[in-house]
Amino acid sequence: MSRGSLVRGGLFVLVLATLPSFGLQHWFLNLMVFVLMFATMSSAWNLVGGFAGYPSLGHAAFFGIGAYSMALIFHGHVLSNGYEPFLLLPLIGLISAAVGFPIALIAMRTRADVFAIVTITFLFMVQTLAFNLRGWTGGSQGLSLPVAPFPAVSFEEPFYYTLVLLLCFTLLVTFGALRSKVGLSLVAVRADEDKARGIGVRVTGVKVLAFCVSVGITAMVGGVWAYYETFIYPQFAIDPLITIAVVLMTFLGGRATLWGPVLGAFVLEAGQQTLAYRLGGSQFYLIAYALVFLVIMLLLPRGVLPTLGDRLRQRRRARSVDSTSGGVTPMAAGAAEPPVALRRGASA
Amino acid sequence: MHALVQGVILGVLTGGVYALMASGQTLIFGIMKVVNLAQGAMVVMSAYLSYQLFVSFGVDPFLAIPVTTVVMFGVGVGVQLVFLRPLRRDDKSELSLLVTFAVALLIEGLLSITFKTTYRSINTSYANSSWTVGGYQITVVRVYAFALSLVSLGLLFLLLNRTRFGRAVRATVQNPDSARLLGVESEKVAALGFGLGAATAAAAGSVYGLLYPFYSGSHYDLISRLLSIVVLGGLGSVGGAVVAAVIVSTSSAVVASTVSPAWSEMTFFVILLLVLLVRPQGLFGKVGRGAL
Amino acid sequence: MSDLLSIDSVSKTFGGVHAVAGCSFAVAEGTITALIGPNGSGKTTLFNIITGYLKADAGHVTFAGRDVTGDDPGRLYRSGLSRTFQQARVFPQLSVLENLVVAAGRGWSQLFTKRVGGDDRRRASELLEEFRLAPVADLLAADLSYGQRKLLEFAAVLMSSPTLVLLDEPTAGVNPVMIETMERHIRQRNQAGITFLIVEHDMTFVMRLCDPVIVLDAGRQIFSGQPAQVQSNALVLDAYLGA
Repeated sequence: MSRGSLVRGGLFVLVLATLPSFGLQHWFLNLMVFVLMFATMSSAWNLVGGFAGYPSLGHAAFFGIGAYSMALIFHGHVLSNGYEPFLLLPLIGLISAAVGFPIALIAMRTRADVFAIVTITFLFMVQTLAFNLRGWTGGSQGLSLPVAPFPAVSFEEPFYYTLVLLLCFTLLVTFGALRSKVGLSLVAVRADEDKARGIGVRVTGVKVLAFCVSVGITAMVGGVWAYYETFIYPQFAIDPLITIAVVLMTFLGGRATLWGPVLGAFVLEAGQQTLAYRLGGSQFYLIAYALVFLVIMLLLPRGVLPTLGDRLRQRRRARSVDSTSGGVTPMAAGAAEPPVALRRGASA
Repeated sequence: MHALVQGVILGVLTGGVYALMASGQTLIFGIMKVVNLAQGAMVVMSAYLSYQLFVSFGVDPFLAIPVTTVVMFGVGVGVQLVFLRPLRRDDKSELSLLVTFAVALLIEGLLSITFKTTYRSINTSYANSSWTVGGYQITVVRVYAFALSLVSLGLLFLLLNRTRFGRAVRATVQNPDSARLLGVESEKVAALGFGLGAATAAAAGSVYGLLYPFYSGSHYDLISRLLSIVVLGGLGSVGGAVVAAVIVSTSSAVVASTVSPAWSEMTFFVILLLVLLVRPQGLFGKVGRGAL
Repeated sequence: MSDLLSIDSVSKTFGGVHAVAGCSFAVAEGTITALIGPNGSGKTTLFNIITGYLKADAGHVTFAGRDVTGDDPGRLYRSGLSRTFQQARVFPQLSVLENLVVAAGRGWSQLFTKRVGGDDRRRASELLEEFRLAPVADLLAADLSYGQRKLLEFAAVLMSSPTLVLLDEPTAGVNPVMIETMERHIRQRNQAGITFLIVEHDMTFVMRLCDPVIVLDAGRQIFSGQPAQVQSNALVLDAYLGA
C-alpha cells in the first residue's frame, strides 16, 4: 500500500504544481481554487467523519470562524506583499482547533447522532452570532478584507498554490494517521467504540484529536477563502451547504479512504460549478443538489473507492485461499446451538 | 424585573409550540433511531399550506389544521417509504441524518420555486391584537397557539397510550427487537410513526405561520432549536421534549428581553452543552441496558 | 490464596427491576471460577459493572487490593483486568494481527508510532502461534469463522498481560472441536498464572474446567463451592427448575 500511495501522491502533486504553467484561463484556475478548497475540507472532514465515524455537521461553522478571523485580523490593513495572510493561516488553524476542543470533549462523550446534532446546532449558533454581533462582523452588511496586491494576470496563482500546500498537508496528516496507531485506534473506535474502550484504546483522545485537527484545517481553508473573496457575509461564510457539500463529497468518494474525499471533491465541485452556472444559482440548483445527494446516498452509500476496493479484496482473497488451503484448520461458522444443560424458561 | 416576567410569559407560550414540533421529532427518533433534520422544513411547508389556504379560500389557520395534518402525514409516510426504508441497516442512523438533511433541502427548493423567497406572514383579523394583564402584554395569537399545542399534545398522548397503534409505537421505542417478536410490524410502525411526526409538524406549522413571518429558508432557524430541545429532553422521550421546549424557549426569551436578542441563540447552545456535560443522555433519556 | 477480585454488596436496578441485588463474592487468585445462574440472574450485568461499563447503584468492587468501583474500562484493562463479550466482539475491518496490536493497551506516547511495529509483531506472534491464528494473521477479522473470532477476541485481551480475565460464554455458538480448543487455552493460561472468571451455560464445560462455581439467582449469590456439590444443592436446583 505504501509505495503505491507515495507514487500516486507524488504524481498528483506534480500535476497540480505544474498545472498553472500551462497558461490556463482565469475561469479554470478559479474553478480549481474552489475544487482544491473542497478537496482539502473533505479530506479534513474525513478524519473525524470518516475515520472516527463521528459525522460532524458543523464544519461550516469552523470555515466561517476561519474566514472571520482572517477578516478581523486584516480588516482595514494595507498589505505590503500580499503574502501576510497566508503566513497567519497556522495561527487561525490553532485558534479554531482551540474553539473546537471543548465542544468535541463534551459532544463526543455521547453517541454519534447526538454529536451530529450538537455540531449542527453550533453551526447555526455561530451563524446567528455573525449576524448579530455587528460591532465585530458588520452583521449582514458583511466585512471587507484588503484586496490582494497580486498582478491581475496571475491573480489566482498564490491562492491556488497555498491550497495545494494545504491539501498536501491534509493528505500527509491522513496518511500519517493511517500508518500509525492513531489510525488503528480510529478504526477501532468507528467499528465498536465500547469494545475499544474496554481494551485500553485511547478513545476520547484520538476522537478529540481527529476533530481538532479536522476543524483547524477547515478554518484555514475558510481563511484563504475570505482573502480570495475580499468581502464576506454571514450567510455565505457560515453556510450549511458547505457542510453538506463536504459530507457529500466524502461519501461519494468513500469515507475513511485516503483518496476518496479528493475524488469526490473533484467530481462534485466541478459538477456543482457547472450546475450553478447553467441554472444561474436559481432554486432549481438547490433541488438538483438535493436530488444528487439522495441518489448517492441511496445507490452508492459506501462510496466509489470502498466499493472498488471490496471487489479487489474479494478477488485477492479467493486467490490466497486457493494457495493456502489445507494450512488453516477449517472451523465451522458458529451455527451450533450451545449445549444447554440447565436453563430456565425462555429468554429473559 | 418587568422584562424578566415578560420574557417568561412569552417563553412559556412559545414553548408550547416548540414542544409540539419537537414531540414529533423525538417520536421519530424513538421509533426509528432517525434524527429527522427535515422536521423544520416540514413545519415551514405546512406554514405555507396554511398560508395558501388562508389567502385563496380565507380559511383560518387554526381551522386549516385538519387539512395540513392529513397532507403532511402523507408526506411523512412518503419520505419514510421512499428515502429511509431502503437504507442499509448497519449504518442507518448516520445515513439517515444526511438523507433527511437532503429532504430538507429538497423541500426548501420546492417551496422557494413555488412561493419565491420573500417573507410571508398570515395576517388574520386577530393577528395583532393583544391583552394587557397586570401590565404585561400578551398577544392573543400566542395564547391560542399555546392552547392549540396543549390540545394537540393531549391528543398525541391519548393516541400513544390508548390505541393499539400507540402500544405498538411504545413497544418499538422501548425495545425494537422484542416488539418485532411480539408481532409488531416494524416497517408499518416506522412509516406511520414518521407520518405522525410530520403531522405534529403540520399542526405546529400552521401556528408558526401565525406567529412569525417565514420564508423557505426559515427551517434553518428551527432546526437547531428543535434539535437542542430533543437532545436536552433525552432522545426519544416525548415528555422530556415538552419540558425541554419550555426550558429552552423561556430561557432564550428571558435572555432576549433582559440581556440582548443577539445572545439568545447562544443561550440554548450553552444549556445544551451544560446538560450534556452532566447528563450525556439528556434530562429524561434512559441509559439503555442493551447498549452493550 | 488471596482474593484477586472481590464484589461487595453490589446492586444495580434497571427501571425498577433489580438486575443485581446486593451481590457479594470473591475470586481467589489462580482459580478458574465459574459464574453460573439462570437467564436474567444478573451475570452479564455484573460483568459490566466489574469491568466499568456500568455504574453500580451501590456496593464496591476491589481488584488486586485496590478499590476500582466506577473506574473507566480502559484503565481497568491496563491495570490487568480483561474481558471478552458474549458475541465475540472483534474489529472486522482490522486484520487478525492488527486486532491483537490494537489491544496492547499502550500509553499516549505510543499513539504516534508505527501502526504495527516490530515490537508489536513479536509480541503478537507468540499469541498467534499459540492460538494457531498465524496462517490467517493478515486476513481481515471479517473473514474469520465465528469460532475463530471468539479465539481471536480471547487472544487479543491477553495482549495486555492481564492477571484476571473475564470470559462471557466462551463456548456459546461454537462447535465441539472449538470448545475443546478453548478449554485447552484456558487451562494453559491458567497454569501460566492467569485467574479466570467465566460465565457459561454449558454445564459439562463448567464441571470439567472450573473450581469453584458460584451460582447467582435473582441478582445475588446463592451458592459457592466445588462443582460436584452444585448439582446436589437444593437451592441451586430450586433456582434452575423454578419453584
